[in-house]
Amino acid sequence: MTSMAATPLIRIRGVGKRYGSVTALADVSLDIHHNEFFALLGPSGCGKTTLLRAIAGFEDPDEGSITLTTGDTQPADAGEVDLLALPPNRRPVNLMFQSYALFPHMTVSANIAYGLEREGLARSEIARRVADVLVTVDLQDKASARPRQLSGGQRQRVALARAIVKRPKVLLLDEPLSALDRRVRADMQVELKRLQHEVGITFVVVTHDQEEAMSMADRIAVMEHGRISQIADPVTLYQRPVSAAVADFIGMSTIIPGQAAVDGFTALGERLPAAPSGVIGPALLVIRPEDVRLHADDPTDAAMGSLSGTVLATHFFGGTSTTTVTVAGLGRPVLATQIGPPAHRIGAVVRVGWPAERAIVLPDTP
Amino acid sequence: MTLAHRPGGHSAARRRALLGRATLTWPGLAYITAFMAVPVLLVLGFSFLTRGRFGGVVAPFTLDNFARAVEPVYLRIYAVSLLIAAATTALALLIGYPTAYAISRLPARWRTVALICIVLPFWTSFLIRTYAWILLLNSEGPVNRTLLEIGLIGAPLRLLYTPGAVIVGLLYAYLPLVVLPVYAALDRLDPLLREAAMNLGASRARTFWDITLPLTIPGALIGAIFVFVPSLGNFVVPELLGGGKTVMIGNLIRDQFLEARDWPFGAVLALMMIAVLLGAFAGQAAIARRINGTARA
Repeated sequence: MTSMAATPLIRIRGVGKRYGSVTALADVSLDIHHNEFFALLGPSGCGKTTLLRAIAGFEDPDEGSITLTTGDTQPADAGEVDLLALPPNRRPVNLMFQSYALFPHMTVSANIAYGLEREGLARSEIARRVADVLVTVDLQDKASARPRQLSGGQRQRVALARAIVKRPKVLLLDEPLSALDRRVRADMQVELKRLQHEVGITFVVVTHDQEEAMSMADRIAVMEHGRISQIADPVTLYQRPVSAAVADFIGMSTIIPGQAAVDGFTALGERLPAAPSGVIGPALLVIRPEDVRLHADDPTDAAMGSLSGTVLATHFFGGTSTTTVTVAGLGRPVLATQIGPPAHRIGAVVRVGWPAERAIVLPDTP
Repeated sequence: MTLAHRPGGHSAARRRALLGRATLTWPGLAYITAFMAVPVLLVLGFSFLTRGRFGGVVAPFTLDNFARAVEPVYLRIYAVSLLIAAATTALALLIGYPTAYAISRLPARWRTVALICIVLPFWTSFLIRTYAWILLLNSEGPVNRTLLEIGLIGAPLRLLYTPGAVIVGLLYAYLPLVVLPVYAALDRLDPLLREAAMNLGASRARTFWDITLPLTIPGALIGAIFVFVPSLGNFVVPELLGGGKTVMIGNLIRDQFLEARDWPFGAVLALMMIAVLLGAFAGQAAIARRINGTARA
């Protein structure tokens, strides 16, 4: 792992891009490793698509560098290519467009063959590789169909086939699943992950859907306002977010503003369970719904922290249920998830607590 | 399937839906009936009748008008007309497509300015614009004088009253009609398709040949029809710039109605023009369907 970190496949350093007074990207630096499934995650307008298009060559950054390591496995012939110096059609990266951008006047196999023809490969070689990739994406029977005759999921697979058939070093995917309905999307998440292992290509996927990023990616870069907030694997991102914004974006959470001191966290005039964090001064306590415990309000139960609230709503999802509790003085209700059906009725007064070591304390920087 | 429906309720709902649609569409239907269906039916009716002595038509039903339309003297006129209209259309595409392409590559606000400049000549009378070409092309006109001065020619060229002059006049008149639909097609083309082609390794030129050109052919064909059909039927330009020596089908039709007073034969010729137009549109639609990969429009 350390040797991989030493020679990243893509090295992005200090990339910035402005449109007039709008900053699309500001000082973005990150490394993407060989055979990694990397996700750029953020709300719309955070710059993730601009960064992807800069790698593909459809945006020119105002500053910074994007380089690609060649001769991947042998350190001897490893060299670096300045991607920004190459026109889009000469870059060894392929992009799967959000809208798929399939050529409507060509058949499925002509769409897939197009990139191989541009490489000047022999006809027999092209035919073989197109046939192979059609099997990979399970579209053998659609070879001579036109894009307009296909369903959304089939088009998505054609777009994917057209990109991977080129065997690029990096496959860029712009919101690959957003045009699909929920059930197809879940299948394709699994499928993409399987494909990435099978073809051994580095995937860089842009998404605004945190569940999608969490379930597929090895590492995620969370972006906000053209900047990178945090780069980490999904578990770290969830358990150790560096800011309330990241915590809020990744998964559900309750965020309580208060004061952190050496000996604990105080909010609403109460001491709340929190492990020592090193943070001193204005702070935010972030707690995940699955860590919140609710108990019927029993004054004798002193172990349960001292916040209490009223059950506002309960939602039963089958395997789990979520209880929404309003706590006087908190702007947003506290969410609690538990296994099985909800244990408290709407309107019941409950104590709200959590294990101190599960609370995340972050400095409250505006 | 239909047997399963309760006939009463179903047809009542259908009637109401049809009635609602009719209420909304009657202005359009009335317009088409009054200004298209009735005139075309009149022309169709006239074409089977006999010419009246002082114009108009009289009773005996006949097919002679159609027989006359294929006599060699007229076939020659059709051939000349088709040649001139085809040459005009080809030149209009050769000039109009690159013009539209250049406009579509301009920054957004300059595009509007350029398009206004393209349609601006339409604000002047067609006759005046055609007369202007007489001044430009005559033996003492600026074209000849310039050529003489730079020594390219020794004596003034005979430019006016030639088929070439007719083509130039038609081309000038109808060029905007090819620029606008081609521009619209280029504007509608998803820019991501070009990016996709480049991403797959195509150069800019390759992307144009493989993506932009094929996908804008339906628009270019619409432009071609807009130029070809009125060029074929035009009678002012052949008369003014062709000096009456170049007779086109438009002149022939005009003469049947206004001079020869042979309305039935004029009607036959007019029907032929309508047939050409319908054929052209059907061809365009078929090609557009083929390119877009839709089974039916």
